[in-house]
Formats: sequence, C-alpha cells, structure tokens
Amino acid sequence: MIAYLGRRVVQSVLILLGVSLITFALLYLLPADPVRQIAGRSATPETVENIRRQLGLDQPFVVQYWHYLTRLLSGDLGRSYIQRSEVTELIISRLPASLLLMVGAIACEVVIGLTMGLIAAVKRGTATDQSLMVASFVGVSAPQFVVGLLLLYVFAVRLSWFPIGGYGTWRHLVLPSLTMGILGAGWYARMMRSSMIDVLRQDYVRTARAKGLARSAIIFRHALPNAILPVIAMIGIDIGIFMGGIVVVESVFGWPGIGQLAWQAIQRIDIPIIMGVTLVSAFAIVLGNLLADTVAPFIDPRIKLR
Amino acid sequence: MKTKKTREREHDMRNYLISTVTASALALVLLGMTSVRAEDAVDPNAKQGGAITITYKDDVATLDPAIGYDWQNWSMIKSLFDGLMDYEPGTTNLRPDLAESYEIAPDGKTFTFKLRHGVKFHNGREMTADDVKYSLDRVTNPKTQSPGAGFFGSIKGYDDIAAGKAESLAGITVVDPYTIKFELTRPDATFLHVMAINFSHVVPKEEVEKYGADFGKHPVGTGAFKLAEWTLGQRVVFERNPDYWHKGLPHLDKITFEIGQEPIVALLRLQKGEIDVPGDGIPPAKFQEVMADPEQKARVVEGGQLHTGYITMNTTMAPFDNVKVRQAVNMAINKERIVQLINNRAVPANQPLPPSMPGYDKTFKGYPYDVAQAKALLAEAGHPDGFDTQLFAMNTDPNPRIAQAIQQDLAAVGIKASIQALAQANVIAAGGDKAGAPMIWSGGMAWIADFPDPSNFYGPILGCAGAVPGGWNWSWYCNKDLDSKAAEADSVVDPAKAGERAKMWSAIYGKIMDDAPWAPVFNEQRFTMKSTRMGGADNLYVDPVHIPINYDNVYVTDVQ
Amino acid sequence: MTNPIAPELSATRRMPAKPHAGLWRRLLKRPLALLGLVIIALVVVGAVLAPWLTGYDPNEQMFDGLTLEGAPMPPGAQFWLGTDLLGRDLLTRLLFGARTSLIIGIVANGVALLIGTLIGITAGYFRGWIGSALMRFTDLMMAFPALLLAICLAAVLQPSLWIVAMVIALVNWVQTARVIYTETSSLSEREFIDAERTIGASAPRILFRHILPHLVPTIIVWGTLGISTTVLLEATLSYLGIGVQPPTASWGNIIFENQTYFQAAPWLVFFPGTAILALALAFNLVGDALRDILDPTQRGRA
Repeated sequence: MIAYLGRRVVQSVLILLGVSLITFALLYLLPADPVRQIAGRSATPETVENIRRQLGLDQPFVVQYWHYLTRLLSGDLGRSYIQRSEVTELIISRLPASLLLMVGAIACEVVIGLTMGLIAAVKRGTATDQSLMVASFVGVSAPQFVVGLLLLYVFAVRLSWFPIGGYGTWRHLVLPSLTMGILGAGWYARMMRSSMIDVLRQDYVRTARAKGLARSAIIFRHALPNAILPVIAMIGIDIGIFMGGIVVVESVFGWPGIGQLAWQAIQRIDIPIIMGVTLVSAFAIVLGNLLADTVAPFIDPRIKLR
Repeated sequence: MKTKKTREREHDMRNYLISTVTASALALVLLGMTSVRAEDAVDPNAKQGGAITITYKDDVATLDPAIGYDWQNWSMIKSLFDGLMDYEPGTTNLRPDLAESYEIAPDGKTFTFKLRHGVKFHNGREMTADDVKYSLDRVTNPKTQSPGAGFFGSIKGYDDIAAGKAESLAGITVVDPYTIKFELTRPDATFLHVMAINFSHVVPKEEVEKYGADFGKHPVGTGAFKLAEWTLGQRVVFERNPDYWHKGLPHLDKITFEIGQEPIVALLRLQKGEIDVPGDGIPPAKFQEVMADPEQKARVVEGGQLHTGYITMNTTMAPFDNVKVRQAVNMAINKERIVQLINNRAVPANQPLPPSMPGYDKTFKGYPYDVAQAKALLAEAGHPDGFDTQLFAMNTDPNPRIAQAIQQDLAAVGIKASIQALAQANVIAAGGDKAGAPMIWSGGMAWIADFPDPSNFYGPILGCAGAVPGGWNWSWYCNKDLDSKAAEADSVVDPAKAGERAKMWSAIYGKIMDDAPWAPVFNEQRFTMKSTRMGGADNLYVDPVHIPINYDNVYVTDVQ
Repeated sequence: MTNPIAPELSATRRMPAKPHAGLWRRLLKRPLALLGLVIIALVVVGAVLAPWLTGYDPNEQMFDGLTLEGAPMPPGAQFWLGTDLLGRDLLTRLLFGARTSLIIGIVANGVALLIGTLIGITAGYFRGWIGSALMRFTDLMMAFPALLLAICLAAVLQPSLWIVAMVIALVNWVQTARVIYTETSSLSEREFIDAERTIGASAPRILFRHILPHLVPTIIVWGTLGISTTVLLEATLSYLGIGVQPPTASWGNIIFENQTYFQAAPWLVFFPGTAILALALAFNLVGDALRDILDPTQRGRA
C-alpha cells in the first residue's frame, strides 16, 4: 500500500512537471510580446529591451523554463506582468471563491444526481425511469454557458429569485452551483442507477425481501448505503470535470474565482497567471484522481488498486 | 489600454500656460501663475459625509501611479495621489495642484515649480521637492517598468536613465524643499500636461521601498482619499483623508468599489438603488430602455470623449502601399451604420482628432461615403475586381461585430477581407510586425488621449517613432516632413500662440488624411448614469480627466 | 472536456464475432436512439439544404434587420426567428451554423479518434517502454484542464475552422486512447494472438488483421459519444470568442455576439443554445444505445 502510494505520488509529480513544460512551451510560442504590454505604447526600443532583460525573456526557452521550475519548487509562481502582484497571492485570494463554488456544485450534483438515480433504479423500466434517464442525458449534453445564461434569464431577470451575478451571500451561490451541478448530476444519476440496480440484485437484499421487510426499509436501510459508496468514491474524478467548466461558469456569473482570473489573464496574455492557474487546476485534478484511486478501494471492495 | 476621456468642450489654451507678454527683459524668469485658491473650487451646495458604491467589471490591477493604466484605476489613482498640475474639476483647464505656482523660461526649456507648504502624505510626513524628484526618477527608471516612462522623454537626462546609465534625471534640480526646476532638451508645449498625468504623481520614497513591487497594493499618496481595504478581485474601499491639503475636500467619507460586476448586473443594481454609479456605463441591451424612460434618462449624463476608432492600413504592404486604395477604403465605409450598431453612442469621424480636441478642423470634409467613387479609385489603382486581404480586430464585443460591418462594406467595393478576431495582445503584436496585419480595426485598443493636446494623437501612432517593430504605428506610416512639422508645433510653448499651434496641428492631420493611412470611423460619446442621491455638477460625471467621475468633488444629497 | 458518460464503458468485455449484424435494426427499435437519429437527420438535412431553406444569405447584414437604434428584430413573419445584432436572419445563421457544428464534429472527432486509436493500440500491443511512455503522456493530458489547454492552443495557432477542429482533436483523443489501450492489452494476451505471434506474423499484420476488428465496436461507440463532446467544446470556444472566425456562423459564436442583448432578446441565446443541446444530446443518445447493443455485458447497466 505504501509502495503503491509512493509510486502514485511520484507519478503525479512527474505529470505536473509535464503539464508545466507543455503549458510553458505553448505560452512561449504565443504570437504576442508581453514586454510590449508592460512597457506601454510610448516606450523606446531600448526600454523594451531593458525590461525584457530584467524579466529574463531574452533567454533561450530552456533557460527560461529552468528558472521558472526552480522558483516553482520554492513555491514561487512569479509575478503577474499586468497586475504586477505575486501570482501566488492572486490565486490564494481567489481560491476560496472557486472552492466554495466547487462545494456548491458537488452538493448540487450529488443531491440531484443521487435522487434521480435512486428513483430511476427503484422504478426501473417504467416511464419515470425513462424520463429520468433522458433528463440525465440532457444534463450531460447541455453547454454550461447556455444553462448559465438561461438560469440567469429565468430565475434572476424574470423571477428575481436570485441575484444576476456577483459574490457574497448564499443566494449568489445557487445559480452558478446549479449550472455546474447539472452536468455532474446527469453523470451521478446514471452511476447511482446502475449501482443501485446491482445492489438490489444482491443476495442479502433478496433475503431481506423474502423476510418480508418493507420495501422502503430495504431501499433506505440496506440498499442505499451500499449503492452510494461506489458513487461517492468518484467525487475525486469529478474535480477534473469541475475544473473544465470553471472558466466559462465563472465568467458568465462574474464569480471572483481562479477561472475568472485565468480568463482575464488570457485576454491580456498575462503568462505567469495563466501558468499559475493551469498548474493549480492540474494539481487539483491529479489530487482528485489520486484520492479516487486510493480511497475508492477502501470504500468499495470491488474496486482494486491498479 | 488607454483610458482617459475628455468632455466635449472647446479647450481654452490660454488657461494652461502663461508667460510674459510684457516684453521686458530679465530674460530667464517669467511671471508665474498663482494657483486658484482652493476654497474657490468647492461647490457651496455640497454636503459633507456619506458613502457611495461604484462598480467595475475588471480587476483593479494596481494603484501604483507609475504603473496603473486601465479604465478603472486611472481616476482611483488620481484620488489617492496628486501631481504638480491638475485640471479644474470637470474641465480640461490646467491649473497647479501640488504646485502653488510655476514659471516658464522664454526658451520654453526650463520650468520652475513652487510647491505648496504643509502637504502631507497619508503616513503623516510632509511632501517636499525631494519627493517630486524621487517620483520622476522612479517612473523613468526601467526597473520600475512603467508604461508611462516615455512621456518624460523631453526631460534632460531621460536617455541616460532609460538606457540604465543613470539612476537620476539630470534635468531635475531640487532648489529648496519647496522649489523644483526642470530642464528640458527641447521646448515642450505639452510639458504641463505631462506634469498632470498619473505617471508623474508624487509618491513617498520610504513607503515605496517598504513595499517594493507591492507598493501598488499598498498605495500611500497625498490625495483626497486613502486606501482602507482591498479584497483582491472583489472590493476596494477608500476613506476620506482628513488631512487633505485642499480644505473642504473631499465631500464623501467613503467610496466602495465593487469589482467583477458585469455592466448589466451593475445597471440592474443601480435601478434597484443598491449602487450609485456603474463604472463601465450602460450596457447596450439596456441603453434604449434607459433612454426611453424620462426618469432614468434624467440621471444620465452625456459627454464627449477624446477617442477615435479607426481602421489602420499597412502602408508598406501591397496593395495598401497605393494611396488610391487607402482612399477607396475611406470612401467604402458606411460610418453611419457602424454608429447605429453601437446604439448611436458615437459620432462618425473624418479625421484622426476627436471634435473636442484643440486642432480639430470643423471645416474639414474628409472622404464621403461613396461606393461608386471608391470602386473607381480601386480601378485606377489597378484593382478593378478588388483584392483579398485580412482585417484584424480584438475579440471582445462589439469589435467582432464592427469588423463584420466593415467587412461587408469592403465587400461592396470588391475588397474581400477575412477577419482575424484575436485577443488584444495578439492584435497588438500583429500590428507591430511590419508584415503582420494589412488592416486593423482599432476598437478596444483605440486611442484615447492621455491628455487633451493634439500632439497626443501623433507621436507613437502616426509618427515615424512608432513605425518600428513592436511599435504602435500599425499603418507603418512615416512622413519625415510631418515629423519635423510636429516637432515645430510642439516647440511653440508661448500660450499666446496656442491658436497658431492648434492650426499647425490641424494642417498636419489634414496632410495625414491626404495620405489616408487610416480610415477614421467614429468618436465615442460617454454616457454615465448615477443614482438619484448623487449631487454635484453634471460635468463631474463625465470628467475628461477623472474618469468615470471626479470622486473628490461629487457628494450625496441624503446626508445631514 | 471529458464525456461524463464515458467512465461506465467497460473495457474488459468479450466481443461478439460480428458486431455490426443488424445494428441499424436494433438501433431503430430503441425509442431514445430513434429520437437521437431523428434529431441528427434533421440537423444534417438543415445543414445540407441551408442555402435553399430560407430566402436569406447568412452573412448579409440587412438594413431592415435592425431598428434605427440598432436593436435586433424579434421573431415574426419576415424573420421567423428574428435577427441578430448585425441585422442578419437568425434562422439562416442557425442552419449554416449546423454546418460548422457537423464539420467540426466529424473532422475534429475523426482526428481525435485516429490519434487515440493509434496511441492506444500501439501502447497496448507493444507495452515495454514505448507503451508506458505513451500511456504516461496520456495520463499527463488527462491532468490538463481541457478548456484552458484548448484556449492556449487556439491563442497560439490563431483560429480558423480547420485550426479549431485540430485544437479540439488535440484535446479530445485522450479518453479514446485509454480505452483502446486497455482493450488492446487484454486482447493481446489472448491465445489466438499468441498463436499468430508464434507463427511469425508481423506486428502490423496482427494489429490490423486481428486486433483492430475487435476494437471496431468500441471505436463506433466512442466515435459517436465523442461527437457530442466535440460539438460542446466548439460551441464553448466560439462562445469565448476564440473559436470559428466571423462571419462564419457557429452556434457558439451566435451566442457570443449577441449575449449583451440576452435580456432584451433572449431568443438570440435560446435558439442557438437549444440547437447545441439537441445535437449533443442526439449523439449521446445514439452513442449510449450503440454501447448497449455492442456491449452485452453492459446491457441494463445504464
């Protein structure tokens, strides 16, 4: 177990290194000059070259990457070209908002998804089951920016139940969480349904039924806990899906998280911020996968360590 | 990018310089101009106290006056810091600020400022001439990486400091704690404006050294407000500076800037009375609704803006190396329709300068919208069937839409332009590459003047200095003759000749339009909407310098 | 963007000998798959017949398509679905936008499938250092926030229709590679492959003659589900203003161009949004049904 964990951690670090190298290379190749953005439009070519030297951007790619990497190892993500602040500080100041959204989104998808999956499994083969499954497909097929805009239109603009965007109270959290959660809910509903159906086929459930236990008791006391476990174990993987949507959802709702930070940085080619957010997201994804792979076997004995 | 705006109003050059008309003689020292007495500028109806809320969409990047160059932080910095010069609130009329008076030598190359006594930084220390010198040495030092360093090019010693050969500007001398002297390498009619832009605002050395590169997050100045709170990405709070040297200002006790608010959200919150001014203006979808409602319309203040939106044509690239092709493009664009696309919140343009800029030529006719004539010119240039080209534009709304309208207009005369809608930085890079972009729509990156002077529309964007790799002259238009005429105009420092100087600039821009490196499209108008409780003159809400509003001079009416 | 339906697909099943037998017939028997096929057919017909279905040009900015204040026209007799902010007919642009979605869906997904299959099959058959290097690279790609990667790629390459397709392909091959890898490695351990090896069959021969045919069902399923992911990613990139270049209509960039008006003119978001959803849904429904049909061990699980 320790050896397995050790191997996985080393692998994860290597993966993050690879992510940093590829992102750095892509941003290096960008057809835009960050120094021009810093120096302003009235700068002389000498000033521009001077700033380029200070930032080390006149160095060959390998040297630049090496510098980045050595600083990274001491936890330094560099300083933003446009905002002129430490990237670490910028990300840390925005991380709580993103984490809050993540918690909200996961809560939404787990609650909605598990309920849908449970009902579908219990009503297996009926029209309810069919329509729930169609709904779950709609969930995974809906583009998040469309869902976000439509939720805003209906619940914020027309009905005024929730604020039109921004950050602060629980009411601000509802619509973005729901937008994020609808995608995951479809997925959870389908997993929950199949997991529940598996459990309902198990011998102990049949025994319980034979003993004449009430249907609701069987479902809620015996089957549900067993069915939920393998589904919950997948939350780690969910982080990857979450990170994929964060840029769009945060920009639709004006949510002050790292996705919005990344999007503003992309518009102005603020390379240190783009690098920083990419690495933090990749770290979250890798961590999520690691959790899913190491925790899942404890929760659900049917899953084996790879 | 650039972010300042100016009210539509004739600029009165007489107010901004005074020199000796008395022929006499003692050569060097001229009459200084005494400052406007502070009390005079305060609105007698103003009420003291209260707090307001302003919203912005984009992050406030920094509040360091040497670095901030965005729409949202430009006037925030002006309220935290002061410079030697400023403008009368709501106008483009220069007046001394931290300076009490100034004198200009007759050769126009030496400026001497007398500083106000008893001005204190927010940390309690008195501001002196050493701080002014330090601040200018700092902004011009390449280590500061200021986007405004280039404005100080006329100060003696600038080249040495820019090249990293000196740590201090040789042309600035501290005569005594309240007197500072600037020597220039050439007469510079714009120098007093330069002393009013944010980049020359005064910072205290000890605080800059304490915070280093993070000074922009911990700003300490002499301004009317001081920073009370900054939650990154969410909120910036200013509170009244009780020791502000300008007695009676500011009126407000507190200003809260909420960041990350979409313009549409900001407007709805304004309608609900939750905020006082949406800093990014009225979003297009709501503009009609607001203007159709008399109650709301009454709270909208309209003003001009020193802005021109234009199409550049790369004069070094075929077929735009032919002046007839460039003229044909000027005639092909239906500017009225493009203005319609942005809810008529602009006026069609026919020359580089906006109407409120000195030197704007009212009599200039420009190129008419004339499809037949444009086709004829193309045929004369040897392109009867048009040609294929590329039009670059920034990829944020409404620029891709405007680019498509231009594309359709060009197609009508046979020019097939494919659109490259890219991030701002990519477009700027393409424009700065001689073989990069045949045509660029400037929207989103457009030239908004740094200060209300016609020279500001020439230098880097139409002069030879900008026609270099990485430069901002995206037309690559370089006319040595006009360069020397521009230098000649800027050496006319004598305010008595201001009208003459403006005419010289009109002639320069007239010549430019003959060569047609640009197709000017429109000049934007500003529309600021405010809550019912906001008080103060209308022109404070479309202040040409303190944008979007002059925080120091506005007040609320619902306090005791 | 990962396709969330994907993780359910079993990689260890045994293949029926003739996976395609009666595929269509069995597909048409399923109501949800039928619904999906009908939507796809409608979109295809709309895309193909686009120039003839309305009397308008998708790129023509009409004078009467805007009010004097520059506002778009609501749906009505002249413009059935209204006009956009440039005064163009929305219905016509939606029909032409279907072409963009389908082209990207087919090309980008085709390329992604090709890359994924090649990498998966190579890594699965050869194992050793080639295999592990390829799979570590795949793991690496899995760790990327996909949208950020696509945005960076699009910024470097400067978008056109084909570049956008390539960007999406470069981001989307990863899951296919993993599935194909797992299947290939379990297949190549089986006796009949061993037998081929011992009689001296070349690696390409084994791969293409014996392994690939067994992978066809997986490729069909992934090919279908992948189109859905691709359509969504294209729409998202275009929505962010970094996808297909104007004036080419794409459902995503219709929303991008018009969203400032979405409160006053919600149809400008609603119609293209529904179109994106419907097409992605259709491919997901069909893909899911195909998986059920082609993978009996999974039947009833989803």
